[in-house]
Amino acid sequence: MTTRIVELRRGILKKNDELAAGLRDRFTSAGVLVLNLVSSPGTGKTALLERTLRELGARGAQAAALVGDLETDNDARRLAASGAPVRQINTHGICHLDAEMIGKHLEGWQGVTLAGLNYLFIENVGNLVCPSSYDLGERIRVALLSVTEGEDKPLKYPGLFNSADAAVITKIDIAEPCGFDRELALRNVNEIRPGIRIFETSAKTGAGIEEWLAYLAEQAKVF
Amino acid sequence: MHELSIAASIVESVTEAASAYPRARVKEVRLRVGALASVIEDSLQFCWGLATEDSSLAGAALVIKMLPVKLHCAACGADTEVDGVQSFRCPQCGELASDLRQGRELEIESFELEEPDTPTPEPVEEQV
Repeated sequence: MTTRIVELRRGILKKNDELAAGLRDRFTSAGVLVLNLVSSPGTGKTALLERTLRELGARGAQAAALVGDLETDNDARRLAASGAPVRQINTHGICHLDAEMIGKHLEGWQGVTLAGLNYLFIENVGNLVCPSSYDLGERIRVALLSVTEGEDKPLKYPGLFNSADAAVITKIDIAEPCGFDRELALRNVNEIRPGIRIFETSAKTGAGIEEWLAYLAEQAKVF
Repeated sequence: MHELSIAASIVESVTEAASAYPRARVKEVRLRVGALASVIEDSLQFCWGLATEDSSLAGAALVIKMLPVKLHCAACGADTEVDGVQSFRCPQCGELASDLRQGRELEIESFELEEPDTPTPEPVEEQV
């Protein structure tokens, strides 16, 4: 018997990374800003997105959303009320979205062309672990954290928070009854991802939404 | 939770690369996994057993080398490994450092094959 060592040096998620790179090129040449929203279930991704789509629509921007969930099209139906094109992705048990699912759901999307959009939002499956490994071709990864979840969430899930480009603290209208320690939460986000842009919003009252929209507009100008 | 998908991707890549050695058996697969790769070692080992069962990689060992986070500090210029993944401060000067030089790896480094030695050709019997 002879033993031989074969060097491979290949990324385990190489196939996903290649598909994501292809998507990123398509998004860039179409001039559409793509954001991947990631958080635990129940943080308020859909609520923030509902408000964002509505506000963007009112300002004449073209925005669309792909929404990932294990089952049901409840979120897509909720978001469609904003008037923006929305498509549901059901993963049927898979705990994250991957680049192949995004590519597939961009095909045959009635009335939507990438070139006709200013913004495409991807709402990931509620999960703070697995989505961090899967590049979807987005330009901005947004990690969301609600005031009900505990200020140490970034310390518990550093893989995701460290890979984010922006962070949003949601439900700030109920921060006080929740005993939310704002300073501590901001410090924890900054410890894990130094220098990251942090927004504090309430989709319900509209607090912080202007700053969030201004950030989106500023990012959409850069291509 | 996604370790099974990861194990399946490893099986796919190694099976493909090993097909260049049709007589060989894969004994070991070696990975490099960063501390921030969101992969749990025990869970990946468990899924490896499931993913290789009944495949040509059945029985192959999975060796996981975990890599600590390494930060480049813009303030003092040091490249330093840090303990854990709870703080991204430069251990040299204490400044927060966002430039990650190691810690997100999720790659197959190599695999080890066992090949039977080329058998000596049977002597051809002379026809009498």
